[in-house]
Amino acid sequence: MKPACISSRKTLLSSALIAVLAASGPAIAADSSEPIKIPIKNWSSQIVMAHVIGGIFESIGDTVQYVPVDNQASFEAVRTGDLTLVHEVWQSTMQNAYYNAMEQGGLIDAGTHAAETLEEMGVPNWVIEKDLCPGLPSWEALKDCHENFVTPDSDGKGRWLEGPQSWHGDTMPDRLKGLGLDDKWVVKFAGAADALWAELKAAEKEGRGTIIFNWTPNFTDASGFTFIEFPPYFDGCRLSDGGDLTTTGCGSPKGWLKKGANFRFPKSHPQAYTIFSKISFTTPQIGSMAALVDVDGMTHEDAAVKWLADNEEVWKPWTVSVLGAGN
Amino acid sequence: MVATLKRQSKAVQFAILLAAFIVLCLVVKPSENNILWRLPPLLKWLPGAINDFVRGLMFEWFPVQVWDPLIEDYEQKPLFREITRAISGFFLVIINFVREIFLGGNKTIVAMTSWDFVNEHPWAKWPALPWTVITGWAVLLGYKLQGRGLALLAGACTMYIAIFGQWQPSMETLSFVLIAAPVSVVLGLFLGIWAFRSRAVEATLNPLLNVAQTMPHYSYLVPVIVLFGVGDQAAAIATIIFATPPMVRLTLLGLKKVPPDVVDSGMMSGCSRFQLLFRVLVPTARRDILIGVNQVVMQCLAMTVIASFIGAQGLGSNLMIALNSLKVGTGIEIGVCIVLIAVVLDKMSLAWANKPTDYFADLTFWQRHRFGLLALGVLGAGIVLALFGRAVFPEGFNYLYIIPHNKGITTAPMWQAGVDWLWDTLFFALKNFNEFLITQVLVPMKNLYLGMPVAATFLLMMGIGYLVAGLRSALIIGGFLLFIALSEYWDRALITAYMASFSVLVSATLGITIGTLAAQNETASRIVLLVCDFLQTFPSFIYLIPVIMLFGITDTSVIIAAVVYATVPATRYTVEGLRSVPPVLQDAGSMLGVSRFQRWVSIELPMAFPHIMLGVNQTVIFALFMVIIGAFIGTTDLGQLILKAISEPQGTGIGLTLGLCVAFMGLAVDQIIRTWANARKKALDLA
Repeated sequence: MKPACISSRKTLLSSALIAVLAASGPAIAADSSEPIKIPIKNWSSQIVMAHVIGGIFESIGDTVQYVPVDNQASFEAVRTGDLTLVHEVWQSTMQNAYYNAMEQGGLIDAGTHAAETLEEMGVPNWVIEKDLCPGLPSWEALKDCHENFVTPDSDGKGRWLEGPQSWHGDTMPDRLKGLGLDDKWVVKFAGAADALWAELKAAEKEGRGTIIFNWTPNFTDASGFTFIEFPPYFDGCRLSDGGDLTTTGCGSPKGWLKKGANFRFPKSHPQAYTIFSKISFTTPQIGSMAALVDVDGMTHEDAAVKWLADNEEVWKPWTVSVLGAGN
Repeated sequence: MVATLKRQSKAVQFAILLAAFIVLCLVVKPSENNILWRLPPLLKWLPGAINDFVRGLMFEWFPVQVWDPLIEDYEQKPLFREITRAISGFFLVIINFVREIFLGGNKTIVAMTSWDFVNEHPWAKWPALPWTVITGWAVLLGYKLQGRGLALLAGACTMYIAIFGQWQPSMETLSFVLIAAPVSVVLGLFLGIWAFRSRAVEATLNPLLNVAQTMPHYSYLVPVIVLFGVGDQAAAIATIIFATPPMVRLTLLGLKKVPPDVVDSGMMSGCSRFQLLFRVLVPTARRDILIGVNQVVMQCLAMTVIASFIGAQGLGSNLMIALNSLKVGTGIEIGVCIVLIAVVLDKMSLAWANKPTDYFADLTFWQRHRFGLLALGVLGAGIVLALFGRAVFPEGFNYLYIIPHNKGITTAPMWQAGVDWLWDTLFFALKNFNEFLITQVLVPMKNLYLGMPVAATFLLMMGIGYLVAGLRSALIIGGFLLFIALSEYWDRALITAYMASFSVLVSATLGITIGTLAAQNETASRIVLLVCDFLQTFPSFIYLIPVIMLFGITDTSVIIAAVVYATVPATRYTVEGLRSVPPVLQDAGSMLGVSRFQRWVSIELPMAFPHIMLGVNQTVIFALFMVIIGAFIGTTDLGQLILKAISEPQGTGIGLTLGLCVAFMGLAVDQIIRTWANARKKALDLA
C-alpha cells in the first residue's frame, strides 16, 4: 500500500534530520536564542511599539529582529512562521486578514490591549467651523448637506471617502444603503492611507467639504478631527454578519486592538510569550509613542528607547511577574 | 467578402472595420444574458483552482516529519515548502553576509555557529566598515574602471548618501541589489544561451518572458510570500523574477546577431564548444548583453520600494514610512539616494564591461597591484580615522565611523518647501483644468468603454490585428481577450483599458514630440536620456502624493502618474531611432533641397518610425503598470482587486489571475505593434 511507502520515507528523512539537529543540541534555556521576528509596518505608533516590545524582550536577554512588511501581508507571514508576532491589530481594518490567518491555522490570539480604538467616518474640525454640514456630528445631518461634498467624478452626489477596499469590503456602501443615504452619497475607495492624508490637506487648502475614513489614536488628532455618530453598533448588525437593510446602517464598534502570534511562539519563547500576552497598552500610551515621532520628530528607534526609559513603571511589572523580582 | 476587402486600400478597410464596430455597439443590447454583450464568467473557478494548487503544493503535498528544535517537537511539513525555504535560507545567508561586510553584525557568524554561541560570546560580532573606507573604495574603483570622471561621480554620490544620514538604509538596499543583480545577470545569461542553443527552449521561454515582463509586479507578491516567506530573501527573489527577463532577451538577441563568419573563424581556430561560447560568441554579442546588464540594474532598483512590501530592509521601507505620514520631503531625499545608487552601479558595470583587456601588458609589481595596495591603504586610513573619531566624539555618534540613520544633515525641508511651493502656485490653476478633464473627457470616455459590447471589442481588436499584422496575430489577440472576457474581471479590465489608453495617447504624443526636438542636438539628446534614466528609477510612489494633493483621489491623478512614467520609453526610443538614421540619407535629402521640416517628415520619421513604435509598445506596458499601481491612489479597476487580493484567503489565485489579465492586455497590443514594426523594419532594410 502506498501510505506505508511514504511513511518509511518519512522516517528515513526525519531520522536524518534528527541526526543533524541533535548535533547542534537542543536548547535547554527557557527561551530559545533564536531571534523573535517583529514586523515593522508603515505607521508611527506601530513602529515605535515594535521597538518598545523588542526592547522589553531584549531586557530579558532575548534576541529580536525587525522585519519591514506590508500590513495586510503580515498576517499570512505570522501564520507560516516567517514572523513571530503582530502587536497592533486594529479591529475594523485588519480583522478580516487576522481571522483569515487564524482560520487557516498557525496564528493564535495573544490577548488584547487596553486601548480602545475608534475607526470611523469623520470630518476635519474646520468643516464644522465653516458650517459646511450643520448638525454634525450626528449622522442625520448628512441628509441635507451632500452638495458641499460633491467632486467632479462623484456624479452630483457627496463623496464618501473610504479607505482601501481591503480594509472593510462593502461595509460602507451597505451602510449608505441602510441609512437611505445612497441617493445622496457615493463611496470612493482610496488606495492607501497616505491618499487619505493628501486629500485632507488638499481639501483644507481649498476650504471645501471632505468626509473621510480615519481613526484615533492617529497623527491627525493634533489638528482636530471629529468622528460622525452613527446608529450604535451591535454584533450582527452588518449585512456581511447576517444583518439586514434596517440594521446595516450601524456605525463602527469601539474597536479592540489585538495581538497575535505564531503558534510556535509559546513553546519556543515561553517567557517572552507570557510577557507578550500580558502587554497591554492604553490609548494615551500609544498616543505618546506616536507623538515622540510625529510631534517631536525623533526617529522610531530613539522614541522607543526614550519611551521605555520614561515608562518603566508601565512595563517592568510585566517582566517581573514572569522572571521574578530579582530581574 | 474578404477577397474584395483585400483589394481595397488600408484606409478603406479600416473605415469598414470602424463602421462595423459602431454598428455592433449600437445594435447589441446591454443585458447580462446576452452573450454578445458580456460573455459568461466560465473561468470563474480559475483563481480558486490556482490557489488550491499552490496551497496544496505548499502545505499538503508529500508531508515529511521534521524535527523543530524551537518547540522540541516533530512537525508535519510538506516537502515542497522545505525546498523553497531552503532556497530562501540560502539567499538570506548571502544577503546578510554582504550586508555585514558593509554594516557589521553577527548573523553570518550565527549562520556558521548558532544563536546560543553568539549570545554567550559578545565578541562574536563582525565590525562595520567605516563609511570613509567604502567611499574611498568607490572612488578608487571608479578611477580604475574609467578614470577621473567616474571616480568623481562615485565619490560625490557616496558622500551625499553618507552626509545626509541615509548611509545605513542605503547599504541595506545595496547589499540586496548586489545579490539580486548578479543572480539575475547570470540566470539571464544562462537562459539566453540555452534558448540560443535550442529552438524548443526558446519557444517555451518566449511566452513565459512575455508574461513576466507584462505582469504587474505586485500581483505575484502573495505567491512569493507563500513560497519564500517574508524578508530580504523573498524580496530578492521577487526582484530576480522582475529583473531577469530583459537580460534573457538581450542575450538571445545579441547571440543571434553574431555573424556566421565570426563563428566560422572560431571553429577554424579549433575552439571547443565551451571556448566558442565564452571566447567567441559572448564577447562578440557584448554590446547587447551589456544593455541587458544595465537593464537588470535599473529594474533591481526600480523594485526597491515594492520589495519592501515583502520584507526588504533599507531605503524602500523607509520611503513608505515617510510617505505614509505625508513627509514628501524625506521621501524625495530617499528617492534621490535610490537614483544615485542606480547611476553609480550602472556606470560602473558599463565601464567594467567596456574595459578592454590588454593581453600583451608587461607590468611591474606596483603597476599590477597598484589598486589593491591603494585599497588597503584606504582601509588603514579609514580605520585610523574611525579610531580618531572615537576620541573626538567620545559620547554619542562617531561620525567618522558610521553616520547613524537620520542623524546627518537633511535636505528634506528643502524638498518639502519645493513641493509646497509647487502646490501653492499650481493648486487653483489646475483645479479648473482637473474639473474640465474629468467631467468633459474622462467620465464620458469611461462610460464609452463600459458601454462597449464584448462582441464589438473582439471585432475591433482582432480586426486591427488582422489588418495590421495578419491572421495569426488576430487569432492570438482573440485568445488573449477571450481569457479576460471569460474571467469575472471584464468590466474592471475595460476601466484599466480606458485609463491606460488615455495615458498612452498623451505619453506617446509627448514622448515623440520631446524626443524629436531633443534628437536635433547631441547635448539635448544626452540630457533627455539622462532625465529618462532618472524617471525610470525614481520611485513613482513619491510623486503619487503631490499628484494626489494637486488632483485629488481621481482618475486624473492615476493618469498623470502613468503619463510621467510611460513617456520615458516613447522619448527614449524616439531619440535613439532618429539619431540612428544614417547621415548619408540625410545628406542625400539635403542635396535634393528639402527643407528641415520636409526632411523630418519624409526621411527621418519614416526611417525611425518602426523603432519609435517599439517605444510606443513599451509605453503601453509602462502605462498599464502605472495604472495598476494607481490602485494606491484609489481606482476601481483591476489594480484595486490586485491590491485587495493580499488580504484575501484566495489571494494567491486571485492575484495571479488578475496579473494574467493585465499581462494579456499588454501582450495583445504588443502583438499588433511588434509584428507590424518587424515587417516594416524588414521592408526598410533595417533589421
